[in-house]
Amino acid sequence: MKRRTLLATAALALGMTVGGGAFAAGMDHVKACFVYVGPIGDGGYTYQHNQGRLDLEKALGDKVETAYQESVPEGADAERVLTQMALGGCNIIFTTSFGYMDATNAVAKKFPDVKFEHATGFKRESPNVSTYNARFYEGRVVQGTIAGMMTKSNKIGYIGSYPIPEVLRGLNAYYLAAKKVNPDVELSVIWAYTWFDPAKEADAAKAMIEQGVDVIAQHTDSTAPLAEAAKTPGVIGFGQASDMAAYKPSPRVTSTIDNWGPYYIKRVQALLDGTYEQTDSWEGIASGEVEIGEITDALPPEVKAAAEAARDAIADGSRHAFTGPINKQDGTAWLADGQTPPDGDLLGMNFYVEGIKGDIPQ
Amino acid sequence: MDFMGITPSVLIASLMVASVPIMLAAIGELVVEKAGVLNLGVEGMMIMGAICGFVTAVGTGSPLLGFLGGAAGGAALSVIFALLTQVFLTNQVATGLALTLFGLGLSSLIGQDYVGIKPPATGAIPFGPLRDIPFFGKVFFSHDWMVYASVAIIALVWAGLKFTRAGLILRAVGEGHDAAHALGYKVIRIRVLAILFGGAMAGLGGAYISLVRVPQWTDGITSGAGWIALAIVVFASWKPWRVLIGSYLFGGITVLQLNLQAAGARIPVEYLSMSPYLMTIIVLVIMSSGKGRASLNAPASLGQNFHASR
Repeated sequence: MKRRTLLATAALALGMTVGGGAFAAGMDHVKACFVYVGPIGDGGYTYQHNQGRLDLEKALGDKVETAYQESVPEGADAERVLTQMALGGCNIIFTTSFGYMDATNAVAKKFPDVKFEHATGFKRESPNVSTYNARFYEGRVVQGTIAGMMTKSNKIGYIGSYPIPEVLRGLNAYYLAAKKVNPDVELSVIWAYTWFDPAKEADAAKAMIEQGVDVIAQHTDSTAPLAEAAKTPGVIGFGQASDMAAYKPSPRVTSTIDNWGPYYIKRVQALLDGTYEQTDSWEGIASGEVEIGEITDALPPEVKAAAEAARDAIADGSRHAFTGPINKQDGTAWLADGQTPPDGDLLGMNFYVEGIKGDIPQ
Repeated sequence: MDFMGITPSVLIASLMVASVPIMLAAIGELVVEKAGVLNLGVEGMMIMGAICGFVTAVGTGSPLLGFLGGAAGGAALSVIFALLTQVFLTNQVATGLALTLFGLGLSSLIGQDYVGIKPPATGAIPFGPLRDIPFFGKVFFSHDWMVYASVAIIALVWAGLKFTRAGLILRAVGEGHDAAHALGYKVIRIRVLAILFGGAMAGLGGAYISLVRVPQWTDGITSGAGWIALAIVVFASWKPWRVLIGSYLFGGITVLQLNLQAAGARIPVEYLSMSPYLMTIIVLVIMSSGKGRASLNAPASLGQNFHASR
């Protein structure tokens, strides 16, 4: 019975699409579904997406119904989950991890009436796929500034998940900001090849600390690196994706918070109003999608002031994370003096900037 | 004495810590398999131990009680396995896999309110001047008590299986349950006790992850350690001391590959990451060839259910 009602609705929607203006009539009720790469209890990336979902429920009340599936592997399983959701009556599906890119586009082709929103990707192969992202690398400027000023060994670390543009942007921005305030700084990189594996993340942090690294930034989702940093006095780190407030005031001296709520509300509201359009959204600190968590007093006042200045300069547009002159690792020129990169360069970033040692694994 | 920025003593010390959870789970599983039972639910029992240990430690403020709670949690989950396979004679492989899935889900449910909390710290044992001995001080005298306890447990299991009457009976049950039954040994009772021991050890290993190694609770915190433990038992060809070596090898490779990366070594990490599993496959191939001496060491009744009527 339910399936039949659904088909009728779908047919109606299709009729409207053909009749004129996609979803121009709006909707009374939207079912929004979310696919998460980790568990909602990860305390980081997926936790924040789920907070965005809860914000959406709170803001739109009974006009919206939400569903989610957590810990969905990136790959063939994702396609199965998406198909199931599309068949299950979801009007809009948010796929919240880069690795869902191909699955999202493949399923979207089969369900032209369902809206798909893919986080951090760049493929929009059919008109019902939109992409959204946040300029997380802007937060790395604040972290890099703190790292450069706070390190005593001049060794700072970055725990990367996978060598993809998203992570390389943050890594390069972090290094450049640190080098700006401390030209002697060296960056040590560990690729964990996972978004979420607390034990491995903790081991990675431990390996860094044992080699003299005293400021650790992470681009993985759990709080394990901070827990590891807490064991050694003098080592600091940063909250990633979520505030990770349990580790205040140190080792967590500040954080980059993904604030997805406003975007989710905006998109579902547009669907309700009938003003929904395919978009490619990429907002940062200025619009509040990237929030800088409290900068704690564990930092000396001058460091705290410098970090706040970096944050404010990025918010008002007077500073860009990548401002030339910047060379690539192999010494070839990337940006001329004073130049900032177009978004295309950032989205496809696949190199280390000059000064970072080691190779990007292929 | 450093190699590419890696200090050997520090590396060995941290691989000893990294190996504790898989070592405990593997030695527990070894006893279970020696009794002729194949419990593939190690991952589920570990994560139950991780959350139960965490909840107990946070609630009481005592890491020691936390570890006991973890062992109890793992053992409690293994009771389900014992009941299903030993009383209702279900398929051990299927039941073990189901136990893992159940444990992952249940731990996530219990852990809902424990995300982002810090457990009480388990400190290193103060060995005083011993810690200052070059190299050996760092390697042998810088750990928390669980590191030493895990090695002690290996020694106890080895001695127990080799020298005691109880160990002999346990092995008899695993090698030929009908013969053991004919001799008057309670096959089911002995197997249930072995399963409980295995559960408790897996739980202890899980608790070590959530209380010491990562010190926090997050869903899926064990992330596959239980499967590695299962592989180690095979790798060790059911010999306790080889479990120790296997754990250090497997744990060591993880630590080594991260250290090599941090030191900027140009070694493809993928090869190092997969090497433990490659080794397991090679061991499995050698064992299943039927000619290698190691193959003789697998308990003859492994994975077979027993009922007195047959």
